Amino acid sequence: MANDPNVFEYAPAPESRSIVDIKPSYGLFIDGEFVDGHGSAFKSINPATEETLAEIAEADDADVDKAVKAARKAFRTWSRMPGKERSKYLYRIARIIQERSRELAVLESIDNGKPIKESRDVDVPVVAAHFFYYAGWADKLEYAGLGPNPQPLGVAAQVIPWNFPLLMLAWKVAPALACGNTVVLKPAETTPLTALLFAEICQQADLPPGVVNIVTGAGATGQAVVSHPDVDKVAFTGSTDVGKAIARAIAGTDKKATLELGGKAANIVFDDAALDQAVEGIVSGIFFNQGHVCCAGSRLLLQESVADEVMAKLKRRMGTLRVGDPLDKNTDIGAINSAEQLARIRALAEIGEDEGAERWSPPCELPSAGFWFPPTVFTGVSQAHRIARDEIFGPVLSVLTFRTPSEAVEKANNTPYGLSAGVWTEKGSRILHMADQLRAGVVWANTFNKFDPASPFGGYKESGYGREGGRQGLSAYLKADTKAGA
Amino acid sequence: MPPTVSTEPNQGRNQGSSPGLSAYADVTASETSLRRFLHGLPGVDQVGAEARAAQLGTRSIKTTAKAHALDLAIRMVDLTTLEGQDTPGKVRALANKALRPDPSDPTCPSVAAVCVYGDMVGEVKSVVGDRVNVAAVATAFPSGRAAMDIKLADTRDAVEAGADEIDMVIDRGAFLAGHYLQVFEEIVAVREACQRPDGTHAHLKVIMETGELQTYDNVRRASWLSMLAGGDFIKTSTGKVQPAATLPVTLIMLEAVRDFREATGVQIGVKPAGGIRTAKDAIKYLVMVNEVAGTDWLTPDWFRFGASTLLNELLMQRTKLATGRYSGPDYFTLD
Repeated sequence: MANDPNVFEYAPAPESRSIVDIKPSYGLFIDGEFVDGHGSAFKSINPATEETLAEIAEADDADVDKAVKAARKAFRTWSRMPGKERSKYLYRIARIIQERSRELAVLESIDNGKPIKESRDVDVPVVAAHFFYYAGWADKLEYAGLGPNPQPLGVAAQVIPWNFPLLMLAWKVAPALACGNTVVLKPAETTPLTALLFAEICQQADLPPGVVNIVTGAGATGQAVVSHPDVDKVAFTGSTDVGKAIARAIAGTDKKATLELGGKAANIVFDDAALDQAVEGIVSGIFFNQGHVCCAGSRLLLQESVADEVMAKLKRRMGTLRVGDPLDKNTDIGAINSAEQLARIRALAEIGEDEGAERWSPPCELPSAGFWFPPTVFTGVSQAHRIARDEIFGPVLSVLTFRTPSEAVEKANNTPYGLSAGVWTEKGSRILHMADQLRAGVVWANTFNKFDPASPFGGYKESGYGREGGRQGLSAYLKADTKAGA
Repeated sequence: MPPTVSTEPNQGRNQGSSPGLSAYADVTASETSLRRFLHGLPGVDQVGAEARAAQLGTRSIKTTAKAHALDLAIRMVDLTTLEGQDTPGKVRALANKALRPDPSDPTCPSVAAVCVYGDMVGEVKSVVGDRVNVAAVATAFPSGRAAMDIKLADTRDAVEAGADEIDMVIDRGAFLAGHYLQVFEEIVAVREACQRPDGTHAHLKVIMETGELQTYDNVRRASWLSMLAGGDFIKTSTGKVQPAATLPVTLIMLEAVRDFREATGVQIGVKPAGGIRTAKDAIKYLVMVNEVAGTDWLTPDWFRFGASTLLNELLMQRTKLATGRYSGPDYFTLD
């Protein structure tokens, strides 16, 4: 600023972390109380600084068994409670989430590394919206399309990922509870803190003990939760590999399952698109949440006639992205969630270079501590490149080109995944045509990464099965009443 | 020091000889080609544009950045009075305010210009001299509904009276009727009327009255039309029509000047006017300039605020930042 009077430097504008009180250690939340775990405790760290935030209990098989038993016991009363009574609890939880939204947002950013602007403006508001939405369904389940008196499934085992810790919790817990199920939830080992704060919110809302149980731990704990014999339903969001392992583990049982897995979404820009807004959509599609989004628009498909123009605009726009302290209100891209994930992103980016794609990042200074990866774009990518096929789950965009709408469809669908896709055109008929052709659970038109509790979400092919959100999301937690009509 | 726009004619413009701008000669050769060009510009998605503007509005500008922004915003103000009841006394008072916005603080910069009706140019000039620019509205402001020779006479009068800058209005009726070439030719003619005998020209700001153009597609087309016709600045509004300046409209205009410079090498300024009342709003605009057009536009030569009440809001915030206390309006001059 001193040298060039024209340069407008934004001074640091950090959100205060004093609003949230992180305890030195956390137990498991079983039957309405925090109890010690019997596995070996692990640490949750702040990925932006690598400081240890808290020591977290690990649930062993016996702890998981206790949690499932508590959930089973609570199921007897919770499932028989009139829907309008259950909805009161859910409304109460939703309101407490709103009241404590700043606390939740700050904690989410500290534990996960995502920018406060996203946790504050996206994650937490959508979490509250999800609880409000399903609270409204609790006494209207006969209109869910599953017969006059649909029944809950029982105990739901829910395993959620680290990219949207609290939001994925809401996607799982809200519909399960609304439908009369009880849950045993395992948050990701790198991001358990907001789930544990949610446990406190359940206490604050006087939720009956055992309706929500939260067991922390890594893969082994997750495995114990989903393979517990007294679990009726498994809901998982995470990698395709783990999803397949879960599907194998529950094969032959009568457990119902919904799996929301990986993605390699095509974001397709036609030459008649509103280009400036398309560039914004490309940026939010891949750089939102550091690209740690299963439905991220990680494959950009540009019509050749506008490819150069869009790339020039995109690069200029990427130059304005601010990478750094997640708690700074002006940060656009925060920290990568873990050393492990950073290593994976680096490895795939190197493969991209080795395979001959051209790598570009805007000049940006990365903090010395913590896990960081600059926003990166690869051009000259073809379908044969691994960066066009593998889910990178980071701020890395692969750019391909196409000439005609049918070529765009072929390339977009030529992936083992099918979670989401984006279409950018000012031509309404083309949007409808593309949406019809694309094999993806969500097709966004002239926008990207928009989430609403009323809108179902889920994938085709290796992106999983079942739907979450909306009326469709209820069927994952209900069965038609077999006695109906008797 | 006043902005340098009027003393350095065509600053930043590569003149008509620029290969960039001359490439567009064919575009403005006929109604058909101009229409085809303007309608061939990429569309604007309203939802996306408004979301982007809102997103930029969430930037948090604090401490040193805020101090910098407030001073910059003051230096960019075109302090305006455009009322039927304007008197020589009133505009002289405003001119004094423009020179010394905060008489109690000599570090407070002057504004960019004083903006008045053409007949008041001499009054303002007698107070500010060359220390602050004088801008005059012309061409049958604010409606633009008059015969062409009257619009041109209006312009020449103001230039002769010493106006450094002319704020003209386009014929929105002609634009909405699709008579783009007519609008283009009017701007060209007014630009010629801005010419001074010594070869320099009064700086031309083209008011598009975006509130009457309604759609962002129209705003983008009108921006390109005005730039191709030789406007030095594109300006949102007269301040007499609601809505006047908005963040999304300014976003579209900033994209237009950015893209125009890329295509032609010619830099054009942007002036949102009307409805910007708070310091917080002004800072949002500066953030937008910074991140959409870039730092080249972050000077009074290339970005202005058309405003009247905004100035005191900026001064109050400036004083609060410096002293830690928020003084009431009585501590700042009325005009």
